[in-house]
Amino acid sequence: MIDFLQLTIYGIVLGSIISLGAVGLSLIYGILRFPHFAHGDLFTLGAYMAFVVVVFFNVPVLVALPFGVALTALVAVAIDQTVYRRLRKVKPVILLIASVGIALILRSVIQLVWGSGNRVYEAGIQMPHLWMGLRIQNDHLIIVGGTILLVIALHLFLQKTKVGKAMRAMSDNSDLAQVTGIDVNRIIIWTWIIGGGLAAVAGIFLAMDTRLHPVMGWRLLLPVFAAAILGGIGRPYGAIAGGIIIGLVQEYSTPFLSPAYKPAIAFALMILVLIVRPTGIFVGRKV
Amino acid sequence: MLGLIDYAIFSLCIVGIYGLLSLALNIQWGMTGLFNIGIGAFFAIGGYTSGILTSPETTAHVGGFGMPIPVGLLAAMVLSAAIGLLVGLVTLNLRADYLAIATIGIAEIIRLILQNEGWLTGGVRGMANIPRPFEQITGGQFEWAFLVMLIVIIGVVFLALEAARTSAWGRVLRAVRENEPTALASGKDATRFRLEAFVVGCAIMGLAGALYAHLFSFISPEAFEPMLATFLVWVMLIAGGSGNNKGALLGALVIWAIWSGTQILTGYLPAELATRAGALRIILIGVLLIVLLVTRPEGMLSEESDRRRDRRREEREDLKD
Amino acid sequence: MSLLSVEGIYGGYGDVDILNGVNIHVDPGEIVVIIGPNGAGKSTAMKAVFGLVKVREGRIVYQDKPITNLRPDQVVKSGICYVPQENNVFPTLTVQENLEMGAFIRNDDYSADLKKVYELFPVLHEKRRQQAGALSGGQRQMVAMGRALMLDPKLILLDEPTAGLAPAIVDLMFENIKKINGLGVSILMVEQNAKQALAMSHRGYVLTTGRNRFEDTGKNLLANREVAEMFLGG
Repeated sequence: MIDFLQLTIYGIVLGSIISLGAVGLSLIYGILRFPHFAHGDLFTLGAYMAFVVVVFFNVPVLVALPFGVALTALVAVAIDQTVYRRLRKVKPVILLIASVGIALILRSVIQLVWGSGNRVYEAGIQMPHLWMGLRIQNDHLIIVGGTILLVIALHLFLQKTKVGKAMRAMSDNSDLAQVTGIDVNRIIIWTWIIGGGLAAVAGIFLAMDTRLHPVMGWRLLLPVFAAAILGGIGRPYGAIAGGIIIGLVQEYSTPFLSPAYKPAIAFALMILVLIVRPTGIFVGRKV
Repeated sequence: MLGLIDYAIFSLCIVGIYGLLSLALNIQWGMTGLFNIGIGAFFAIGGYTSGILTSPETTAHVGGFGMPIPVGLLAAMVLSAAIGLLVGLVTLNLRADYLAIATIGIAEIIRLILQNEGWLTGGVRGMANIPRPFEQITGGQFEWAFLVMLIVIIGVVFLALEAARTSAWGRVLRAVRENEPTALASGKDATRFRLEAFVVGCAIMGLAGALYAHLFSFISPEAFEPMLATFLVWVMLIAGGSGNNKGALLGALVIWAIWSGTQILTGYLPAELATRAGALRIILIGVLLIVLLVTRPEGMLSEESDRRRDRRREEREDLKD
Repeated sequence: MSLLSVEGIYGGYGDVDILNGVNIHVDPGEIVVIIGPNGAGKSTAMKAVFGLVKVREGRIVYQDKPITNLRPDQVVKSGICYVPQENNVFPTLTVQENLEMGAFIRNDDYSADLKKVYELFPVLHEKRRQQAGALSGGQRQMVAMGRALMLDPKLILLDEPTAGLAPAIVDLMFENIKKINGLGVSILMVEQNAKQALAMSHRGYVLTTGRNRFEDTGKNLLANREVAEMFLGG
């Protein structure tokens, strides 16, 4: 029982990280109509951007986090406006290919600058709190608490602000958004700021939980896609739930299967959903 | 001098293997519009399948059945096709993007298996002593014979694909790609056609993987770095001209030359950066892909150029009649 | 002086022209209807006004300013709103959010216009917190028209506003269009229900194969034997 609860804690931590990525991916998918394959590498970029601030100014990672987020959002917007924007008129699948190229470029730039070894924000081992026989680390509380705060903030943004509502409108029907007079490019820029920023937070959290590595984000891309599909593409709230489910299932699988195969579990779950209910497990959007 | 020729022949063998991959992707993407980002996985399935079946008895991994190479090649194709069939059955009647996502899933799982299942694959140490064809006949100089064999295989695949492209089957694939509702309305089962194209492509990718294994005699997860192989093949097809079989081969040649060229270029880097040269090469190729997509998405030889030629030929034949 | 004048436009999708010299004008306060057989270019002409179809030749002038081939968001800013035929609401947004989207380009207080729309269509006020996708066809059409009114436009383009609606609702929709016109908004619409549309319109155009065929008051067109035989089912 205790083991199960411990795995639940790990699953919620991992699920939080996956959710943050999946929610951005789902927003981008809904508005730009292509699966953004460089999303995992935006995680990595965010983690390394924060790493630079940590090393350069010798500050704790949480202080560096906003800078990592801002820089990653900026890079995401720059990539969109220089590359993706030029390809919007053609078929979405060309954007998909371009995003694979961007993924490899981002990863390789990180490798070029920081090498392919592992790095950490803070050396040393964190002593976990012991609570009713469960081990909980400070970082775990930060990751889960931070995710909850961000999800609430995102919810308020999407429901209450003009830009947030316009993002939902574009996700519903981008042609209608255009004839309504919505400034489509401005909304797309906002989408990248939010998607890129959330990806950076996810990457920083992932690096706090594990360590920095040039393919850390790419390795998480499959679970993130699985979460977005589970939640129903283009549905940010579904993506959050999908992320938590994927995180939990991946951790629950570890007593039965080598932990190396965690992504395979996410994949299996995704395939299952695709077979049984391709619109996602929640009330799916009509496609 | 002889060394240089040997190097050139060996290089051409590699180009040929990439050419096969590029042709295979052309059936899936160029002709049918199916996005496969797990090329590396099918390549690896082929390589390891043939490796396990044909290598001499060993304790390093399962098998070592010492079977003849043609059996290995055939099995590589069958297994790759079977796995392609499974993936296709699940995803091909869904939105196109789902296939792309499912294929990274396959690539990721194959990568994990290669690394973690030492009993099956030799793990990170890889799989050695895979037999080379014609070694006895040629007394060690097997590359010549290998290249001839490769050219014959590519020739057969190329001619088959060209025939397919201009056949009714190829026309339906194009219709399926361009405007599905019409193809569906004319009573064609689009999903079945897509599945056929996907499976044929996967089989050829498996064949290419097996040939690679027999060329190098050694394979390891590093050699099958799935993303790199996949990405290079994509750049090759797009540079050459997707939808055009000659373009697929030309793209393989040109991009492989550029890819090798970058290796020479990064050779001049100072020693402390040399370990990171690989990353720089990928960046260069990545930028090339993006520039191609933005400026010349139809590639060097466009699909249209081939269709125009076909039309001219048919007009000539009309005149003869 | 015309509010909108479309002068001899040619254009279409890709290489093939669908419009072969269409002329249309709308005066302030008018309801103008375009009718014609399928493929006559009715909707295409309207889309050309809104920058959704490329105009190759000819020009479009709105309030003395050329708007030929402007982007849709620029046309909106000049004061024309467009209600597409299908999928013309944001289904997962609430009714009120749909209306707010209509005011996206405004940075001032639009609560007076929101109130005006709710007065015009009280049922929308009742359902303002419901998702627009859950409404009936007629109510969705009201949301779409209401959204167009949020910019306080001088001219609204309606593409087949009664398509797919039950006959009882069709009458209601024509009433709504008259009400909007009563607010001083000019209307240019494409309609399949030619008889009813002509009866309520000040003027009408009959297009065939991308050209003007007839042009007259609604009443005269209804009385025109040739038009009756062509489109009104005798």
